[in-house]
Parts: sequence; C-alpha cells; structure tokens
Amino acid sequence: MNKFTLLLFYLVAALGFAQQSLVSGKVLDQATGETLLGVTVQNITSQTATTTDIDGLFTIAATKGDVLRFSYIGTVTKEFALGDETSITVMLEEDVATLEEIVVVGYGTQAVREVTGAVSIVNSEAIENLKPARVEEALQGQVPGVNVTSSSGSPGAGLNIRIRGVSTNGDNRPLILVDGNIIEDLSVINPGDIESISVLKDATAGIYGVRAANGVIIVTTKSGRRNLPLVVEYNSWGGAQETSRRLPTLNSQQYALIKNEAFANNGEALPFTNISNLTNTNYQDKVFQNALVLNNDISMRGGTEKSLYKLGVSVFNQDGIVGGKKSDFDRFTMSGNFDHKWTKNLEMKTGFIYSYTSNRSINDGGLGSVLFNAVNMAPTIPVRDAAGEFSLAEGLGNEVINPEAQLANTFNKNKVGKISGNFGLTYSFLDHFEATARIQANYSEAYGNNFNPRAFYGAGKVFNLDENVYSEYENFFSDYTYDAFIKYNNSFNDSHNIEAMLGMSAFRTRGDFNDFTGFGNGSNDYNEVSLAGADRRTSGDEIVGSARRFDQRLLSHFLRVQYDYQGKYLFSGVIRRDGSTIFGPENRFGIFPSASLGWVASDESFLKDSKVIDFLKVRASAGIIGNDRIPAFGYVSLLTGEGQYVFNDQIFNGTAGGALSNPEIKWEEQFTTNVGVDMQFLSNKLNVTVDYFNRETQDLLIAPNVSGILGSGAPGSSAPFINGGDIRNRGLELSIGYGDQITDDLSFNVSYNIATLDNEVLAVNNDNGFIEAGGFGVGQPPITRFEEGFTIGYFYGYQTDGIFQNAAEVAAHPSQIALGANAQPGDFRYRDLNNDGVINLEDRTELGDPLPDVTMGMNLSFNYKNWDFQSYFFASLGNEMVRNYERNQPLTNTTTNILNRWTGEGSTNSFPRVTTGATANQVFSDFYVEDASFLRAQNIQLGYTLNDSALKNVKLSKLRIYGAVRNAFTLTRYQGFDPSASSGDPLASGIDNGFYPVARTFLIGINAKF
Amino acid sequence: MKLYKIYILLFFVALGINSCSEDYLDVESEDPNSENFFNSQEDYESALIGAYDMLQSSYINVMLGEIASDNTLAGGESASDVIGIQQIDDMIHTPVNQQLSDLWRWMYAGVNRANYIMEFQDKTDFPDKPRVLGETRFLRAYYYFELVKFFGDVPLVVDQRFLFGDQFDVDRTPKAEVYTQIELDLIYAIDNLQYTTPDIGRASKGSAQALLGKVYLYQGKYDLAANVLDDLILSNQYSLVADYSTIFENDNENNSESVFEIQYSDLEGAGFGCLQCSEGNVAVGFNGIRNYNGPLFESGFSFNVPTQEVVDLFDPADPRLDTAILDIDAFASANGATFSTGFEHTGYFNRKYIARQGDLNTGDANLTNPNNYRAIRFADVLLMAAEAYNSGNLGDGQARTYLNRVRTRVGLPDVTLSGTALGDAIFLDRRLELVGEGHHFFDLVRTGRAASEIDNFVAGKHEVFPIPLEEILLAGNRWEQNPNY
Repeated sequence: MNKFTLLLFYLVAALGFAQQSLVSGKVLDQATGETLLGVTVQNITSQTATTTDIDGLFTIAATKGDVLRFSYIGTVTKEFALGDETSITVMLEEDVATLEEIVVVGYGTQAVREVTGAVSIVNSEAIENLKPARVEEALQGQVPGVNVTSSSGSPGAGLNIRIRGVSTNGDNRPLILVDGNIIEDLSVINPGDIESISVLKDATAGIYGVRAANGVIIVTTKSGRRNLPLVVEYNSWGGAQETSRRLPTLNSQQYALIKNEAFANNGEALPFTNISNLTNTNYQDKVFQNALVLNNDISMRGGTEKSLYKLGVSVFNQDGIVGGKKSDFDRFTMSGNFDHKWTKNLEMKTGFIYSYTSNRSINDGGLGSVLFNAVNMAPTIPVRDAAGEFSLAEGLGNEVINPEAQLANTFNKNKVGKISGNFGLTYSFLDHFEATARIQANYSEAYGNNFNPRAFYGAGKVFNLDENVYSEYENFFSDYTYDAFIKYNNSFNDSHNIEAMLGMSAFRTRGDFNDFTGFGNGSNDYNEVSLAGADRRTSGDEIVGSARRFDQRLLSHFLRVQYDYQGKYLFSGVIRRDGSTIFGPENRFGIFPSASLGWVASDESFLKDSKVIDFLKVRASAGIIGNDRIPAFGYVSLLTGEGQYVFNDQIFNGTAGGALSNPEIKWEEQFTTNVGVDMQFLSNKLNVTVDYFNRETQDLLIAPNVSGILGSGAPGSSAPFINGGDIRNRGLELSIGYGDQITDDLSFNVSYNIATLDNEVLAVNNDNGFIEAGGFGVGQPPITRFEEGFTIGYFYGYQTDGIFQNAAEVAAHPSQIALGANAQPGDFRYRDLNNDGVINLEDRTELGDPLPDVTMGMNLSFNYKNWDFQSYFFASLGNEMVRNYERNQPLTNTTTNILNRWTGEGSTNSFPRVTTGATANQVFSDFYVEDASFLRAQNIQLGYTLNDSALKNVKLSKLRIYGAVRNAFTLTRYQGFDPSASSGDPLASGIDNGFYPVARTFLIGINAKF
Repeated sequence: MKLYKIYILLFFVALGINSCSEDYLDVESEDPNSENFFNSQEDYESALIGAYDMLQSSYINVMLGEIASDNTLAGGESASDVIGIQQIDDMIHTPVNQQLSDLWRWMYAGVNRANYIMEFQDKTDFPDKPRVLGETRFLRAYYYFELVKFFGDVPLVVDQRFLFGDQFDVDRTPKAEVYTQIELDLIYAIDNLQYTTPDIGRASKGSAQALLGKVYLYQGKYDLAANVLDDLILSNQYSLVADYSTIFENDNENNSESVFEIQYSDLEGAGFGCLQCSEGNVAVGFNGIRNYNGPLFESGFSFNVPTQEVVDLFDPADPRLDTAILDIDAFASANGATFSTGFEHTGYFNRKYIARQGDLNTGDANLTNPNNYRAIRFADVLLMAAEAYNSGNLGDGQARTYLNRVRTRVGLPDVTLSGTALGDAIFLDRRLELVGEGHHFFDLVRTGRAASEIDNFVAGKHEVFPIPLEEILLAGNRWEQNPNY
C-alpha cells in the first residue's frame, strides 16, 4: 500500500465518520404513555440495531435519510425516516386489529385471520363488563351456539354449558382448559383474572382428542408482558341481590274460597267456615331475602426482557337470596405464573392456581325443596304458632312442610381446597424445530358435613326424623396431564408456510371417597354433634360394595400439519389416536382425523382494492371426534352391586354383581362438518361471521333398559352400556358487530348474534326404540323420552281438548277411566289420538321439548368522554318447560291461575274445575307444558373513568367507578321462577320443580390500576 | 448451557418413559371381577347374602296379591297415584305397567344372583357347602315360583347367569317345566338343610318343605302336597302362636309359627329412587294411614285398604278381625287420633302390615319399616294341608283336624263339614286367617273362584298378568303375550 492510497483511505473513513451521527430517543406506549423497555430499534439502512432501556431510551448511529424501524411485541411496528432530528420520541400503537389477534387453538396459537375452524372469542372487556360471579356466565349471549343454563340460582351451584346443542345422552360438558391445563370446574377461577376465552366449536377441536367431543373452552388468564414495568390492578365490587321473581300465589281469602269450593264440589264439609279473619302469610316473602355479594381482587404483573410474572389474589363472598348464610358461597383464589427464557433456545413456563371454596346449601329443586314448600304452604298457617314454635304443615300431604322450619333445620358445610400446578419447557433447535414437554397436576380435597336434626313437621311428613343423622365426607382427587410435542416450522419461497407437529399426551385421574354417617346423637345441636357421639355409625365403605376409588387414564398420539400459501389458501389436518381405560383391550384405541380449509378471498387481486370489503375468509372443516365419558370397566362384570340382607336383626353385607357388562363397547363418534365465512366491511367497522354446522353423533354410548331377565333390576346393578344411538344437531350461527368512533368524544359498539339449533335423535337401538326419564307429580309414569325422530328429552303426555262443559259432552267422548277416574263436567277432555275409543297410555304424544330453537345475544355499548355504558341481553326462543311445582293436595296453596277455573257450563275451556275428588286432571298433559322463551337483560352498566390529571397526585394510572344491574329484567310468558333454569340432565332437563331463580343484583365497583 | 440440555433431556425421557407404552392403559379394577370369585366359603356366603337380598323387593308381590283380589282396594293419594297399582285393582291393567315391570325385573335379579352361585358351585369345596347350595336353591325356587304365579310361562335358566345377549335367544319355558325345576330345587333343599339355621332368617328344611307343599298345591298335586306338608307338621318344629294378635307385631318376629319369614330392618336409610334397595318393608309404609297423628301407629300412604266386603265376612266372634283390619274411624275417636283420607278411602287399613311406632324411622321413614313379612306361617301350612287332604280326597278327617287346629287357636268352634262344603270352609278360613298377607288373589285363581269373586275379572285372561311389553320388546319381540292382553 503506498502513501496515496493510505491517505485516501483515511479521507474516506473520516468522511464516513463525519456523516454518521448519533440519534437518541424515547419509545412510549401510545395508549398509556408508559415508557417501553426492550423495544427493538433497527437502522434498516445501515443494518445496525439496539434496544431501549428501562426508561425507554435508546441511542443509535444514523444519518439523515436513514429509516429506523421500531418493533415490539403486541404493537404495530413503526418505521421512521430520519430527518434532521437528533432526538426523537416514538409512540407505539397497540396492535388491536381484530384479525391480527392471536387465538389459542390447541398446543399453540394461531393468528385469527388464519384460523380455519369455528372459533369464537370472548375478550377481557366483555368479561370485565359482565362481572360474572362464575366464568360460565360470561359465555351466555357472547358466543353464538353456546347455551349456559343453571340448575339452581343458589350461590356456588353448577352451570351447564352446552356447545351447539346436546350431542350425547350422557355427559355433555365441554373440555375446559385454563392456560393449556385441563380444569374440570371453572368455579376455581376468578373471572377477573381472565384475558380471553376461546370456544372451539367444530371438528378442529379434535386436536384435543377424547374429551373435546362436546367442544373446547380455552381460558387464557392475564399474564405479564415482556419488558412491562410492574402493573398493579385492584378491582372491587359489591352489591345487593334480590329474587328476580315471585310466583303469584293465593292469599288467605282467595285460598279459603277456592278450597271451600273444592271440598264442596266433592260433597265434603267446608274447611273454612269463617273466612273473614284469617291470618295471611306469604311464604315466598318469608323465604326470599336480600343478600350481599362482594368481590375483591388484586393482581400484579410485569416482565423483564427474559421473564414474565403474574400473581393474583381474590376473595369472593356471596349469600343466597333464599336462606342467606345457609346457602352461601365463599371463594379464595391465588394464582401465579412465571415464564422465563433461560437461553435463546430454552423457555420455561410455570404456574399455579390455588383455590379454597366453602359453601352451604339448602334443599333446592325438587319435591320438598324450600321454594316448593314456600309455594305450596297454606297462607292461612302462620310461620309460628301461638307458643312461638314453627307451625306444623298439617293436612298438606306428606311432602309439604313449613319452609321456615325447614331452613332453620338445615345444617351443612362443604369445603374444597384445590391446587393446580404446571411446569413446561420448550426447546428450539436446528432453526425450525421446537420441542415442548409439560406436566400439569391437580390435587383437591373436598370435605364437609351434613346434619339433619330430630324434627317433626306434621303428621306423616317424609322429613320427620325421630333420630338425628350426622354425616361427614372426605374425598380426594388427583390427576395429571403430561404432554410432549415437537413442532417443525418453515417457509419456502416466501409463499409456502408449513408447520407440522407430532406429539403425545398422557392423562391419569384418581379419586378416593370416604364418608361416614352417624345416627342418634344425644345432642340435637349442630355445633355439638359428631360421629363419635352417634348411637351407631355406618361408613360408605361398608354399605356400598363398589370401589371407593377410581383410576382412569388416557394415552394419545397426534399429528397436525398446517400449510398455507401466502396466507391466502389455508389447510390444517389433524390425526389423533386416543386410548382410554374405559374400553376393553380390543376396543381401547380409536383413530380420529379432522381437516379444515380456508381461503382468504380478500387477498385475491379482484378484492384487494375493494372499498367495501376489507376482509373475507371462507372456511370449511370436517372431522371425527371420539367420546368416552361413561363409567369405567363397562367391559367386565364386576361385583359392585349391593347385596344386603338381615340375619339376627342385623344387616349383613354380601356380594353381588354390579352393572351388566358389555365387552363390545367402543368409542362414541361425532362426525362434524362446519362451513363458515368471516367478513369485515367499512374500514373494519362492521364484522360478520356466519357458520353452518352439522354434527352427528354415532354409536352413542347409552345404557338403555335391557331385558329384566339379565338381572339389571337388582340394587347396585344397571343396564350395560352399548353403542346404540344416533343424534344429529345442526344449526346456523351468525354474529354481527359494528363499532365506530363518531366524534373524538363519542364511540359506540353494537353486536348481535343468533344461533339456531335443530336437534333430532336419529336412532335408539334398544329394541323398544326409546328411553324414558323425568318424573312428574307423584306416582306417574316418566314424562320425557329419548326417541328416534324427536328432540332428545322431549315431553310425552296427553293432549287436552278443552274442558267438558256438560254431561252430554262427557258421554259423547271415549272413556277416560284408564287415566284414574271417570270424567265429569269441568274436567279435561283428552284426545283419543289412536282412535281406539278409549283414552289410555297409548294416546300420549309429543308435547314440546326443553331445547331452545333459537338463541340470541345482543350487546350495546358506547363511550362518551369519560362515561361508558354497556348492556348485554340474551334471548332464548322455543324452549318449553314443565310446570311441576304445585303439589295439588286438597289443602296446598297454588298460583292465582286457579282463579280462572271452570265453574259451570261456558265459564272457561282451559282451566278445570276444582275438587278434592278423584279426577284425571293431574295426569301429565299439555296443560302442564309452558313456553319458556325469554329475553333477559343480563347486565346494564354505567361507568366513569377519572381524568389522568386527577390521578397524577395519587399515583394511579387508571381509576374507573361504575354501577351495574345484573339480570335487570326478564321478559317471558313462563309462569315459574326462572325460564333459564335446567336440570342439566340431557334426557330430562326441562322439568321445573321450583327452580331457585337467579338473583337480580345491583352493584357498584371500582377498577384501579397503579 | 450443557447442563440445561441434560435437564431437558431428563425431563422428556423420565416422563416419556413413564407413559408412552400402551401398558399404561392396563388398569385393573379394585373391585373383584365376577369371574374370579368363589375362592373360599366366605365368598360363597357373601354371594348368598346377595341372593337373599332380592326377597326384600317382593313387598310389591305381597301388595298386588291383595289389591288384585277382592280383599282390598288400591287407595293411595289420588286416582293417578301409582297408576299401575290402580289399574290392577280395577282389572284394567295392560302390558305397560311399572309395578309389573319392577316385579319381573326384581324376581329375575333374584334368579340371576342364585344362578351366579350355582354357576360356580364346583369351584371351591368346603364342608358346609350343601347347606349353602340348599339355601341357594331354595331362593331360586322362591323367585321362580313368584314369577310363575304372576306370569305363567317364563324363561328358565338353570345354573348359569343370563348374560347380555342371551335375552335374544331364550324363550318362555312352559310353566310345567319351570315347576319341575322348582320342585327339584326344593327337594335338594329339603335333603340338605336342617330345621335349625345358623342364623335367624335363613331358609330351613321346614321352609323348603312348606314351599314345596305350596308348589304342589298350586299344581293340584294334592297327594304330594299332603305328604310333604305332613312331614313338616309331624316334625313338630313349628307351633301356632297362642295369641293371634301378637303374631304381626315387630317384637314377635321369627316366632314359633314362622316357617319362612322375609327379614327387614330399619337400620339403614332408603329412598324412592331405589325401592328395591331398601332394607325396610316398603309395603308397610305404603299401607299406612295417611297423615296419621296419634298413638300406636305411624303415617303412611294409605294404599291397600280393606273392603267392607272382607270385613263383613268375619264372624263377630272371630278375634282375628281386630288384628287384621283397623277401623280407623272407631280407633281415631277412641284415641283422639287424626288422619286424612286418601283415594278410595274405606275406613279400614291392613293392620297386620301398617306402620307402627317404635322403630328408628330412618329416612325416608315410610320406606324403612322394620316389620318382617311372615311369608309362610304354620297356620298357612295347616290350611294348605287341610286343603290338600280335602281336595285330593285323601281324608276329610285329617283335613278337619288341620283346619280346626287353626280355628281352635282363635277360639272358634270346630268345623264338622265334609266334601265341597268342607272345601269352602277351608277356603273361607284361609281367606280370613291370611287376609292382608298377599295370598288371596292367587288362591282365588288356582281354585277357579276369581272370575266370580273379582269385579271385571275376565276368565282366560286375568289368571296371569301380562308380560311387561317392554320385556317382550327388549327380548327381541319374539315372545307371545299372555292370552287376551
């Protein structure tokens, strides 16, 4: 190198250095104004990069004209062409475009725009607004095709979730995962912790295998974000609950007049000779009360460059609107997670949820429940007699007792402690591979006691006890799930994107039950009684011959391939092999494939520049999912029956066969197809999603009646499970959302969804073609059926044809004696449907069904300046319910409908005469079936968020105060307590024995962020 | 870095190995498998208790045996309360009847439990096995006899369980063949059982003899009946209780007159969901006085109420009336008791088997009444023997001796009749002696009196009950229904 060249080199170098200067700056979150740590700042021109520090500051070498790129997880990447500035401030916008949302779809996540299955999402906003006491309530009305019903409004009572109808006669619960971990019971989750809920409704749920047949609900809890400074959030709300409905029952005077008429019509002496000064007690007013509900939760979350952490604690207390503290639910939860990137290749995820719930319950739902008694108790009987003791319910039949006495004698306590923990590692290698192994374990202990004191409620009452009964139980459950999978991810030519996953999953669940009952404690005081103090004891182990433990396992292997071409043509295929201990060795394994296709039409050239359509995706999926939710060991004949006999005046425990076995049982299979369209119009302001699905369950696992000669009628025995049925559910789902910012101060959002459901049983292969269930009244045959050609659990009874107005009409009609009594004027005329000249069991027919034909959800919200308003509505149409909460004894009270009774020729053609004599008016007929369609305002809420300036001094980043009314009103023609109630039993869900109604709650609360 | 890799490897490997093999799914039940049982005397004894268990469910047989006859009405709360019972009372029952269906299923459950033991009778030997098998075969005979009484021809299987699938192959076996098997079982039981039993409540040699006598009598095999009943009577193992009014009280269970008694207890609770699971006598609660408040008795559901007709049949001097039938109006006014009237209230209750005070009232108290059912009383044996001698023309003298033993006990004068007049006298005394005990309907049928005594009874139809329609369908719709149903 000569001197010249050396000089030239120095010169060029110096020039170069002179042109490169340092630019410094700050990166902020546009929404919160918080500084962002760890933002990648790239100088694209010079190919250099750096990241922001804890104060959001960066320095990078750049010259005028260079392009700087700022990228950060969860924000829209921003590019900045450098001018003359030497110091810049960059605001990063949160990435909110709906279709860029990430959705959890099973062993991973996927961009919503690439999803090819039917997936619905409920975001944290909706959950925050709905203030559900239980997570399930947040799904009602939010997701088309999901129906949530409660079997009781009592605090802590379970909710039934049905995704796209009832697809099996047995367990219809969907699979529920919280942060990838299976949680059977959502009551352990504080709803405030939830970030989002995804609902997988079609065959693509099949990646989860066995337990996904009824759909999958994926709950993602709030977690920290990388480089997010500590955020502390505190939520508190409380409210007063009251009953949403009271039944109009007769007052004393009406009651006395009606009863006198009934006795007189049968030629009996009048029970009330003086009706002028009767006492009047409305027992519903006595048992319903206002009750408190309170929730407090606090959470902390944040992240560093390598770690994410979150810790939350919540306390929830709810008393019941019936019984107050005697039907309460208290929950304490603590949850946390910690994710850490050990190295560039190795990431760890851990988490735990601890919950402790405690609840007390009253007799609700069914003959003899508190509300049943409150409706049927005579208003002429005061709560307490002259001596101050609870009045006896004399003359009201064997089941109706004084509900206040019943509440006073209700003592129980149930506590559940549960801990769930998970630990997982993901290791990336060879550029395109990623291996994950994780284990999740749950352990819970449930214990409690129940005490029925010695009590006398009146002559012949079934609740009378001469000897008190005290029982305790202690149950233990544990399970684990181990998943391991390897993913391969690559792109070719920037156009072909492929991801393949191969994995396995093992699941084991165990339980151990212990219970003990002590009879005849000397003391009759709940606080003093014990097992030790009992006169004699039995333990569950001695009484029931069956195992008090269970151990069930699943072993699965799966392969998934996802492919797309330029994000435009999408394909996903899954094949999964599941093995279950439920089936015998020959039928243990099942292979379940599914596939889905998608086409993002809006990416095609002919739509790309459309002014109207922003996004259009067409998708289709089909697949098979297996279901094994039946009791274990149905393939072998076990000695689990009850064989007890009395020798020497003592009970001897023997051995006997349990459920009959069927070595042939195999997987129940669901064939699901789904076609859907996702669309966005008008600058993404209008979203429309439409889905049509057809789901057919074949080889249904049913335990139909079998021939009695097999011995299934014995105690502890039952029919074997067979694969013998076929159910089809199909329907159309539509959701529309529209949101707009009208002015700087005013924005609004409207969404509406509607789902239709057509449920039909296609086959019941048990020789008589149907299975009966569902009791009505006292001593009547079952009234619901699972039968080919009808909706599952439809109502089956007589059709009325008005009222006989005179003796001539009675004489002209076929005999109704087979129903129990010969008809007289004023009685129901039943139709002779088979025209055989007599009215008997053969004349029963379909009278409706408890499944809604259409469900709808409607949400309306708007923000004006600091004010926000939300309202959520849910409607269910075409569901029927059976009225079975009236005891129909000569002296029991009734609803005021009876005032419209038949009193003589021409008086009415719809309500029969009153009489204490024998009639056939109480057999199950369409008279007892009501339309239970309803529209309910689930939540109406008004909130106010304080200005930032007002918060500066108190170190709060956000403070919102709100008031809300939950279950504000329900529009329905149904006369019972709650048209939304359901027993949850797929074969007999719509029989109302006096459902505990959901409460109407007035609440106020605050959200604060530090 | 290397350390991490090792940890990861260990994590994958440890968990993977633990659960990847298909053996992972080989879980054995903690409950014994029915194929691997009967390994000790204890196992046989335990299964035998299971076979006895189904006797308790025959409360419904006893109730229907009365209600179907002209002794009692269905009663209950209302015309639609247990419609199956109401229809049988009125003789308008059809093949769709829950109670007949229950009865069929429960009795066959008993058959199956006995056959389960017989299927494995040779598996393990022990000295006391003849007794165990004797009791087992007695029970099988008892259950089959109930089935034949109610339904006529019924599917017969011997020494093996009916297994799932068998119902599509098995046919209804002619009644005579079922009777032959019943006789074989009872003869085996007589040969292998003793008069004294290891525990109170087990079937004895006497129980088997009495049941065999009854089975012969039902078939008109009078000489065989007389023989076996004579053997029993002459064994002097049983005697009539001196005071008739004490026989049915709870503190006089398994008395000197009990040849076979179905044992009940109030030590365990029961519910309507599984009536056959109750250790108590369900019939007692069903028969009880509705909403009763007063001394001595307890409430019940007012089923099975005696008719005025049967009350009027009693000789005013016959002390059995006050034991058998409660005149509730008279009793209530004398004792200040209150009650309410149910459907078809006659003013009478079946006093032998209605709920009484003094038991534990374990919940549901209506289903856990402890009073045993006196299935075969010595008085029944004497009356059967008398009938066999008279009807079989084996000697009216002996017939009168036996009849008069029963009459003398209650202070009634001796009968001196003979021939058919004696037969009628025996029949009348049988009805009065055993009223409320579930025998009358079958006595009417087997003596050809049913059509003239029971309203709506159609000869050629109502002698047997219909096979439950469901059972015909569930067995492949091959069995022919009983005539005229």
